[in-house]
Amino acid sequence: MLQLKKLVKTYRTGDQALKMIDLEVPDGQVLALIGPSGAGKSTMIRCINRLVEPSSGEVWLDETELTRLGAGALRRARRKMGMIFQEYALVERLTVMENVLSGRLGYVGFWRSLARRYPQKDVDEAFRLLDRVGLLHMADKRADELSGGQRQRIGICRALIQDPKLLLVDEPTASLDPKTSRQIMRLICELCAERGLAAIINIHDVALAQMFVSRVVGLRFGEIVFDGGPTELSPDKLTEIYGEEDWEATIETVEDETEEAAPVAAVAP
Amino acid sequence: MPVLTENDTRIWRRRTTGKSLVLWFGWLLGLAAFVVCWQRISGATTWFFVQDAPRIAGDIWTRATPPRWEYLSQLGKPIWDTLNIATLGTLIALVLAVPVAFLAARNTTPSKLIVRPIALLIIVSTRSINSLIWALLLIAIIGPGVFAGVIAIAIRSVGFCAKLIYEAIEEIEHAQVEAITATGASRWQVMAYGIVPQILPAFAGVAVFRWDINIRESTVLGLVGAGGIGLQLSASLNTLAWPQVSLILLVILFAVVISEWVSAKVRGAII
Amino acid sequence: MSGVGTGTGELEALLGRRWRKPAFIKRPALRWALALGFVVYLIAAVLTIPVDWARVYDGLDRGMAFIGAFAHPDFVSRGSDIGEGLLESIVITVAASVVGIAISIPIGLGAARNIAPLPVYLLCRAIIAISRALQEIIVAILLVAIFGFGPLAGFLTLSFATIGFLSKLLAEDIEAMDRVQAEAVRATGARWSQWINYGVQPQVIPRLVGLSMYRVDINFRESAILGLVGAGGIGATLNTAFDRYEYDTAAAILILIIGIVMGLEYLSGLIRTRVQ
Repeated sequence: MLQLKKLVKTYRTGDQALKMIDLEVPDGQVLALIGPSGAGKSTMIRCINRLVEPSSGEVWLDETELTRLGAGALRRARRKMGMIFQEYALVERLTVMENVLSGRLGYVGFWRSLARRYPQKDVDEAFRLLDRVGLLHMADKRADELSGGQRQRIGICRALIQDPKLLLVDEPTASLDPKTSRQIMRLICELCAERGLAAIINIHDVALAQMFVSRVVGLRFGEIVFDGGPTELSPDKLTEIYGEEDWEATIETVEDETEEAAPVAAVAP
Repeated sequence: MPVLTENDTRIWRRRTTGKSLVLWFGWLLGLAAFVVCWQRISGATTWFFVQDAPRIAGDIWTRATPPRWEYLSQLGKPIWDTLNIATLGTLIALVLAVPVAFLAARNTTPSKLIVRPIALLIIVSTRSINSLIWALLLIAIIGPGVFAGVIAIAIRSVGFCAKLIYEAIEEIEHAQVEAITATGASRWQVMAYGIVPQILPAFAGVAVFRWDINIRESTVLGLVGAGGIGLQLSASLNTLAWPQVSLILLVILFAVVISEWVSAKVRGAII
Repeated sequence: MSGVGTGTGELEALLGRRWRKPAFIKRPALRWALALGFVVYLIAAVLTIPVDWARVYDGLDRGMAFIGAFAHPDFVSRGSDIGEGLLESIVITVAASVVGIAISIPIGLGAARNIAPLPVYLLCRAIIAISRALQEIIVAILLVAIFGFGPLAGFLTLSFATIGFLSKLLAEDIEAMDRVQAEAVRATGARWSQWINYGVQPQVIPRLVGLSMYRVDINFRESAILGLVGAGGIGATLNTAFDRYEYDTAAAILILIIGIVMGLEYLSGLIRTRVQ
């Protein structure tokens, strides 16, 4: 279980990105974090694994308080939190396999990782994951030879091979086309269900979020202004999160897309 | 602004009058500076000799041709030395340049206030000074020979390589580094997986590029006594053995062409 | 896409197998030969360098003395020599840069295949090749032999070197420029000179200014060594200082060179940002 208590982040420029965030994510729950650009979504998930240092407040992952950990303990804690990025953030000049195995860096020593001598069970797991996302035949290709959707799958493998309890997902579909976006979202949610992982998915596409997750949290100016099921998101609520706009159109397309989504799912092997 | 009204008609000009005045003044100033410089050079020149130059050039040409081909047999060792000076100098320089570059790059330096300025000072001071001057200095310290040449080339190249590498480090994609950090990797693992793969192409390019330059520079280090084929050149010049000079120049030319070809091949293979 | 991937047979075959990063050079024989060759070369190279360690050890004191000299450089006792030498270096730099840049522009235009006819192109490329292949210092030696000692030889050397450097980069720039802009100007019915002025010049000028400033910087650094072969500048003073083991004076000169190069770099940074 992940708990954020009175989490505050103030940047050196004086911008308050997060104001007293309190949030609980039970084990196995997939949560979408929505909100306009600059609302603090990205800052929030980076404050959880401390890629951004929070200014004050506490982050609890099970029995560990993360904000006070020293460097070594923080690294061990990060192993339990897989992260998936907007622009995939694969190391482009390494092979697919190296990128997947880099998820194990927290578990192997420096020299072993430098010589690329990973334990056999890590290698097997990497092959299994690549097979699971349908990219086994790409294992020895270089990451920059892959398409956007393929890269994001590798990003997912890298996060999962960490054997995490929690996935932090930062705009996984922002650079993908609509069809690939939906496939990636489905894959993430399926894998979370298979492995009983909790996930926080940062996403700006409200319709896509509603399609796949069981809980939506709306962030505006660093504060939580909505927390509920996807069906509770009414135009009023969206106005509260994003500001004035004609929301009927958005919600209509949501229904269009869900109808269209069904055959895609059926076609998939 | 460039549209002026004159006698009730609107005229378009590229610049306003003030701007073009400033521009003309700038050109005038530049021209004046050049004239002053030229006068100083001219004043320090004995024009009588210069008038004689075509005859002297012709004289040198007739003495220097044909090159003394049999001298080639004595150039084997100097050529080997020249190659070693360039290659070992480049290798030493690269080993030293990498840490300096990491200390100088804004995103990897441990301290912006103390360490980075020191690293930048090392870079600027080593690359401002020509390898011949470093060679002079080293000969005064450790005596003449190939060793002084290797060290001179190495020192001169440290700043050059470090500058290009640290610029490459500053241009890396931060997201990739962040992703590796997020897996729980240690500081050194982040370096090996997140940063090094991104700068490797730049590093290889710099290494080959500098090696090519160093071949050229090591051919003349011998002029001040730091080993290599320049020693033979210097000796031949001192004894006015022009057929040997022309042969050595041909050999140097050949070496330069070969090294450029090799570096172009290697660069093509890497990138 | 969400199923179990490409078929379990392939996966079964891979499980339990060791994984190796694919090698950069595919053929193992070639890979080993290259590695072995390199090691053998290194050993041979190191072994053939004679190092008189006793001499090096003796030299350490002098090395320390030299480094110490940077703490108290002596600008004064050879002040007039240093002043003269530096002034001459600067004069050579300025004159050679002006002339070199002025000549390299037409040669650069001529060496760009997309705007010059073939005979002109070949001629200009030949000039560039000769200029680049010859070391500055070797050119200086020859020119000193022809024109006698003094800054004229240095000036000619650096002008010649500037042409090779700048024309090549300028030509490459022109060859890489955006064709569409140039074609648009041509389409208006402009003549060749107008075409260069409107279609080519605006695209190339910012880079040209940047490269020229860089070349001024190089010219100054090179002018510091021309004196070693009698082609004028600060090099002669520096050489004398080393010969007489006057480290304080040598340190002073080196500090001045470094200072001027840093100043030039700062200046060129300023100019480059203004032009772009």
